[in-house]
Amino acid sequence: MSMPFYVAPEQAMKDRADFARKGIARGRALVALRWRDGIVIVAENTSQSLRKVSEIYDRIAFAGVGKYNEFDQLRVAGIRSAELTGYQYSRDDVDARSLANDYAQLLGNAFTHGMKPMEVEILVAEVGLEPGGGDQIFQIMYDGTVIDHADTCVLGGDSDAIGARLAGGFVDGADLAASVRLGSSALSGSDRVLGPEAFEVAVLERGNGRRCFRRGSAADVARFFEA
Amino acid sequence: MAMPVFPVGDDPGSDFPQLLSRVGLGQSPLPTGVVAGVPHATTCVALRFADGVVMAGDRRATAGHLISHRSMEKVVQADRHSGVAIAGAAGPAVEMIRLFQVQLEYYEKVQGTALSLEGKANQLAAMVRANLPAAMQGMGVVPIFAGYDMRRSVGRLWDYDMLGGRYEEREFVATGSGSLHAGTVVKVGFRPGLDRSAAVELVARALWEAAEADSATGGPDMIRGIFPIVATITAQGWATVSDDELAERYRSIIEQAGQVVER
Repeated sequence: MSMPFYVAPEQAMKDRADFARKGIARGRALVALRWRDGIVIVAENTSQSLRKVSEIYDRIAFAGVGKYNEFDQLRVAGIRSAELTGYQYSRDDVDARSLANDYAQLLGNAFTHGMKPMEVEILVAEVGLEPGGGDQIFQIMYDGTVIDHADTCVLGGDSDAIGARLAGGFVDGADLAASVRLGSSALSGSDRVLGPEAFEVAVLERGNGRRCFRRGSAADVARFFEA
Repeated sequence: MAMPVFPVGDDPGSDFPQLLSRVGLGQSPLPTGVVAGVPHATTCVALRFADGVVMAGDRRATAGHLISHRSMEKVVQADRHSGVAIAGAAGPAVEMIRLFQVQLEYYEKVQGTALSLEGKANQLAAMVRANLPAAMQGMGVVPIFAGYDMRRSVGRLWDYDMLGGRYEEREFVATGSGSLHAGTVVKVGFRPGLDRSAAVELVARALWEAAEADSATGGPDMIRGIFPIVATITAQGWATVSDDELAERYRSIIEQAGQVVER
């Protein structure tokens, strides 16, 4: 029987983190930011059918970057978890924080015990009932780290530069069109010019009935750019 | 609860009842024997009109000869473009509607696209069929499903039997203990392409006549301000008819009835 080589835990974790980061950096980034009536998520995505942003529950949205099949599996798991809680107890008992924690457990477990870490970074956003204070944006990393963001959040490659542009332009209480333009310009940066067709936009909007999630159609997105 | 993740090839997919049983929240088997004295819900009608369909149901639930609820809602929205009306054992019926609502939305979110109207009708048929053991013990549920078919731009309706049989109706349908009277009123007054006002008037009248003749059907409760639930489903989606409008319509129906008695 051959002896396995000894690998220091630090090295093993570093290798796994490098592997996951490389996978995530290959994909295109997305941003989320608060606007006057909720939260808007803007993703660089040319596909009209393979979505990065989707609805989880009445007030909760999900977004992912990295490997599509992996974050899509997480998306479905989130819908299931939320619907089961809502069915078993009440729709009021479903919240983004516990969902983010469950995601963190899943990703953290895959990172330390799985065959390979998941090459994804995901976001769970919840729009509050009232303006001011209720909106929540959670970012969950490939290793299960959860980060709670106040106003803006960036997922995916080159997040530092995008994040700086986004935070620099953020204005509390901005309208939807301005927020979409800020998000898309933060994603494209100064050296690229991207048209509306390069972005996927989805909105959580309070005061819009029970289901706050709304997907921006191609026409909607074009209109945001014109304004 | 830990997040439900299933291995590939063993995934419950977009079927919510299946997911419930997989995580141990499915319905437990019923004990044998007939349960007596549970609340029953009764009369509902639905018909097609020019812009789509209108659904209506009275508010009474009875347990034997007693009125157990005065303000039960038997006509409920299933999703943006469809609704369900129920007659039968109130408990299983309310539970079935809740599960149906969750299933439609769950499917839409998981698949990224909503079920077709016919797909929804079939889904409800499966749920009625799954209730068969309870139906055998006197707790049957007989729903009506109606909605606006966005693909065909037309209102459609279905009724069911306790075994899950599913029948699409071309004009109107009635269910529950007062369905004979309500259905007859609708049958006599029905014309293809009625406008909204005439359609609402017809179902209001149908429930009035059913309440006159059937003790398990509740009429408009002027004392408490409880009126039947009436809703229209059109290309613009679900809209309930306001209590104010119904109060107005029932006042004139009562007035007419009074004139008949005076003579």
